[in-house]
Amino acid sequence: MDFRYIFLMRHELLLLVVALIILMVDLFTVGEKKTHLIKFSLILFTLGMLIGFIPVKPGVLFGGAFQGNALTDLFKDILNMAVLIVFLQSDGYLKKAENAGKVGEFFVLIILTLLGMDFMVSSGDFLTFFVGLETASIPVAGLVAYDRYKSRSAEAGVKLILLSAISSGVLLFGISLIYGATGSIYFSDIAKNVTASPLIILGFIFFISGMGFKISLVPFHLWTADVYEGAPINITAYLSVVSKGAAAFILTIILYKVFKNVTELWETAIYALAVLTMTVGNLFALRQDNIKRFLAFSSIAQAGFILVGIMGTGSLGMTSVVYFILIYVFTNLGAFGVAAAISNASGVETISGYNGLYLTNPRLSLIMMLSLFSLAGIPPIAGFFGKFFLFTSAGSHGYFILILIAVLNATVSLYYYLGVVKAMFINKNDTPIPYFRSSHFMRLSLLLCVAGLVFIGFAGGIFEYIMTASHLFF
Amino acid sequence: MIQGISIYHFLIVSTLMFFIGIAGFIIRQNLITILLAVELILNSVAINFLVFNRYLYPDRLQGHFFSLFIVGVAAAEASVAIALIINIYRRIHNIEADNVNEMKY
Repeated sequence: MDFRYIFLMRHELLLLVVALIILMVDLFTVGEKKTHLIKFSLILFTLGMLIGFIPVKPGVLFGGAFQGNALTDLFKDILNMAVLIVFLQSDGYLKKAENAGKVGEFFVLIILTLLGMDFMVSSGDFLTFFVGLETASIPVAGLVAYDRYKSRSAEAGVKLILLSAISSGVLLFGISLIYGATGSIYFSDIAKNVTASPLIILGFIFFISGMGFKISLVPFHLWTADVYEGAPINITAYLSVVSKGAAAFILTIILYKVFKNVTELWETAIYALAVLTMTVGNLFALRQDNIKRFLAFSSIAQAGFILVGIMGTGSLGMTSVVYFILIYVFTNLGAFGVAAAISNASGVETISGYNGLYLTNPRLSLIMMLSLFSLAGIPPIAGFFGKFFLFTSAGSHGYFILILIAVLNATVSLYYYLGVVKAMFINKNDTPIPYFRSSHFMRLSLLLCVAGLVFIGFAGGIFEYIMTASHLFF
Repeated sequence: MIQGISIYHFLIVSTLMFFIGIAGFIIRQNLITILLAVELILNSVAINFLVFNRYLYPDRLQGHFFSLFIVGVAAAEASVAIALIINIYRRIHNIEADNVNEMKY
């Protein structure tokens, strides 16, 4: 075997090395020195991320089980950047006294779940996909229960692991039926043999139910708000951006590659799920006061918009989904970053607690406002371009009623996003959150998010690059 | 291939196991029993893979390997779930699902 090909897996190998080094260093540091571990892990992870940017020729490994090409590499880089921002934001949380002994676990578990997601993104057969998915979802339950002396965190952990286990079971049952009908677990072989036979339809229904749980689509979304509320806020950010983004990406690939001959079969399902997800996510977001539950339902609604983009099959659909996820990373992490900074400094996690924030912390309020406007899709900010291309993709296949529903939902979402902005800028409050300065890392992460929000929309080259990468993929 | 037992017998068993698992997941109150129900589901999937492999595509081993991985992943899942359930037990001194209800709509 030619050893050059092993560099196709450079992202995974680097993450594994980084995780093992952090684990070893964590073992041999004691007491006070543990806070240095944060800086050490950040530097190590950034190095790994930078090495990952080096381009490598596309190819396949292990007889087609692992695929590396420009699109998967790009997506892994996006995930790496998102995780770097999450790490920067969790600096303040990890420096709290109660977390002093478990800093290493935080980094190791997140990097290992990211490893699982990278394998999932590159998978060329259902076995790699399944093992990657499980590697990405089992340690997350441990992270959600990270505050193990708080009963909410413990409760969220149990809810997540049990529901994620049963959803994996349902997903696997679907895969087993598809295997029974087609005789292969490789994406390319299944794509050749797939027909709309009853067994395939049944298998597909189980499969989409299991995937729907991972992306929190609406009939399968009930865990989302509870887990997001109970988890530490940085883990919530990780779950809502990185886990969801990776699962949405691989769902798109499987729908486009494995089920490409039975498009009419999945289009109905995705259509119905998109309408339900957007509408129910928006309606529930209207009545939330906890900022984490609010962002949870808003992220459910955003998943619905991703499904609208998936409806436009082909490279335009793929491009719009990847582009939207890229923007969504900066947008949502901006909002979560501000929420995390406020939660660390004052413990406030309710929207009514944000009243009068602009008077005391104007810069944080502005960043929050930019992020929320981007989530709502107001023109000059990046989020608008993300939504625009999703709708273009669906429109290129003539789903105009779906686009109408999506636009109506975007309008409804404006109401509750503006509700937060109103709380920060207009509502009066006698005891607003006092002025505070967050750590350098947090400010760096918010700066990255704002830069992403402002510039990605105008840098047309990014969309073009994703477009060429997706063209090569098909 | 086993004489006298067709693929249908196996598939009926595995489908029954799957739906008993789903029903148990919904009906049962004890968190450990819920975990057992999930294991039932995963094992039914493993049977499915083995049977499809043995009866329909005996010249390749993909189903066999898949079921091996399912066993491994199920063990990992169970260990993490039990750790978290022990954590719950330390908080509230029982593991009834009805008592794990601090967060609701």
